[in-house]
Amino acid sequence: MAIEPVDDAQSQAEKAPPLAPDISDKVKRPKWGKVKSAGAAQSPLLGAAMFAPAVLYLLAILGGPFILAVIYAFSDIRIGSTEMHWVGLENFRSILQSPSFRTSIENSFIFTFCSQVIVIIGSTILAVALEKKFRGRGIFRFLILLPWVAPISLGAIGWKWILDSLYSVINWVLVAVHLFKPYEAPMWLGEPHLAMASVILVQSWRLLPFATVIMLAGLTAIPKEIPEAAAIDGAGFWRTLFEINIPMMLPIINVAVLFGIIFTFTDMTVVYILTAGGPFDSTQVLPSYAYFTGILGSDLAAGAAVSLFLVPLLVIIAWLMLRTAHRAEVV
Amino acid sequence: MSKERQSRLWPALLRLAVLSIFTILLAFPFYWMVITTFKQNSDLYDLQSNPFIFNAKPTLDHLRFLFGQTMYLRWLGNTALVGLLVVTITLVLAIPAAYSLTRLTGRWGQRLGIIIFLTYLIPPTLLFIPLSKVVADLGLQDTIWSLVVVYPSFTVPFSIWLLMGFFKSIPRELEDAAMVDGLTRFGAFVKMVVPISISGILTVVIFTFTLVTQEFVYALTFISTEPHQMVGVGIPIFLIRGDVYYWGSLMAACLIASLPIAFLYNLFLDRFIAGFTVGAVKG
Repeated sequence: MAIEPVDDAQSQAEKAPPLAPDISDKVKRPKWGKVKSAGAAQSPLLGAAMFAPAVLYLLAILGGPFILAVIYAFSDIRIGSTEMHWVGLENFRSILQSPSFRTSIENSFIFTFCSQVIVIIGSTILAVALEKKFRGRGIFRFLILLPWVAPISLGAIGWKWILDSLYSVINWVLVAVHLFKPYEAPMWLGEPHLAMASVILVQSWRLLPFATVIMLAGLTAIPKEIPEAAAIDGAGFWRTLFEINIPMMLPIINVAVLFGIIFTFTDMTVVYILTAGGPFDSTQVLPSYAYFTGILGSDLAAGAAVSLFLVPLLVIIAWLMLRTAHRAEVV
Repeated sequence: MSKERQSRLWPALLRLAVLSIFTILLAFPFYWMVITTFKQNSDLYDLQSNPFIFNAKPTLDHLRFLFGQTMYLRWLGNTALVGLLVVTITLVLAIPAAYSLTRLTGRWGQRLGIIIFLTYLIPPTLLFIPLSKVVADLGLQDTIWSLVVVYPSFTVPFSIWLLMGFFKSIPRELEDAAMVDGLTRFGAFVKMVVPISISGILTVVIFTFTLVTQEFVYALTFISTEPHQMVGVGIPIFLIRGDVYYWGSLMAACLIASLPIAFLYNLFLDRFIAGFTVGAVKG
């Protein structure tokens, strides 16, 4: 339902430049199609030679290690060991029994779900607020984008200082307004629930600007005539927003969510820097658990097995993205 | 009349309020880095005084410590070098591949392009364990070369995707004309297409460079000693001695490394986002 208007917008955008839209649409398209297939027939060899290096490099650097990851997961390889043996499902059996692993799976879902909810709500509001041009928009945009464009490990260190157990500026404010007594203010990164809330908020902080610019791209693609027509028909700001703009933004919200899920579920930077998974595994997520087991714990086999649990989610997201792309291609 | 004006005034005020709140929340850590960088330690670690202002004279001590007593400059240099090399590899692999997939391989090229784009989504956290072993076996452990070899795995796919968008917007007639004038297909690519795609190529350069500076997991896994670090890992791991946090220098380091990257990235962000939204909107 909601997807169709945007698709219309696309074909309109394509039609816009030519002199006589309906004619050019009929004449030009098939002609271009023919040229395309003729070009393809002319130089498939050159084509293959030009993309082969990139494809081979990617296969070697992504495909090879992926196969190795699967092999490792069924072996007993450790850092420094020279030989490895097939151990079947032993690694999976032992991680599935480990309480830390179960906690990290659970945390990964909480971490991803909560941060995505915050990001989607926040970025929709922010994109609507930023859509119209006004004086000073560029400065607002630069400041708003900072968390995404600056390296995340450095932003996270900034937060670590803001959430410091003793010198937290947030706690200083809480004490100053007498919500807490000195030295009794919350230990943001030291108590399980607060630590989880903190990593979720910092991850949302990081992704919010990214989702906002994606939403902005979607908003600007909505043909202006529709909201204007609605305004003429007497719909106010809020009705236009909720009944026209937001439904028409759904496909783009979709894109923002898919990328957001990947960037959150598979990342460990925020968790690693803020809490290193602690206290007591309360913020441990799958990727950080894989790191602590596989690299710091030297147990490459178990670490590889843990990170393979990322694959089902990646496959689902990739499939959803292909569907989105395919839909656009068909139209 | 008055009702109409009201309905216009409220959204404007609301927008200003919303923007202000979000801007403060999002930019605050960077403001905090600035304040912390120039504060004296006695001011920084005083619970009684207002932390938002300078209670004692601003100081350059933290910057002096950062540049004099740590390997910060060296990390910046490592990062720039890795960035440069990865950009080169990425351009060499991605430009011909993107051209081939847009022009020479028909419908299959488009499909292969989407699949290549999806490989950008393969996260470092899936492959870092086997790669750490591969890197060790190749003797690249604890050298920046390990990163130079591995980073193209995520910069090439996205760059191909971005460049495909650019090449698609070049009219075919230009190449056809060049080929009528006696250039080969490859000649037309080198002499016609590459020069007019320079803005697209520049986007790829900036994009690749920022991705390199932002990467954390591979750098953390492959590089173990202080002199070989990248900034993104060196600052959070090696500027902390034992349990002692040098917050002043830490924040200075974060600020100095973040701002140039943020500026560059910001310039090209819209093109970058267009790459993500192909398929859902027309970028």
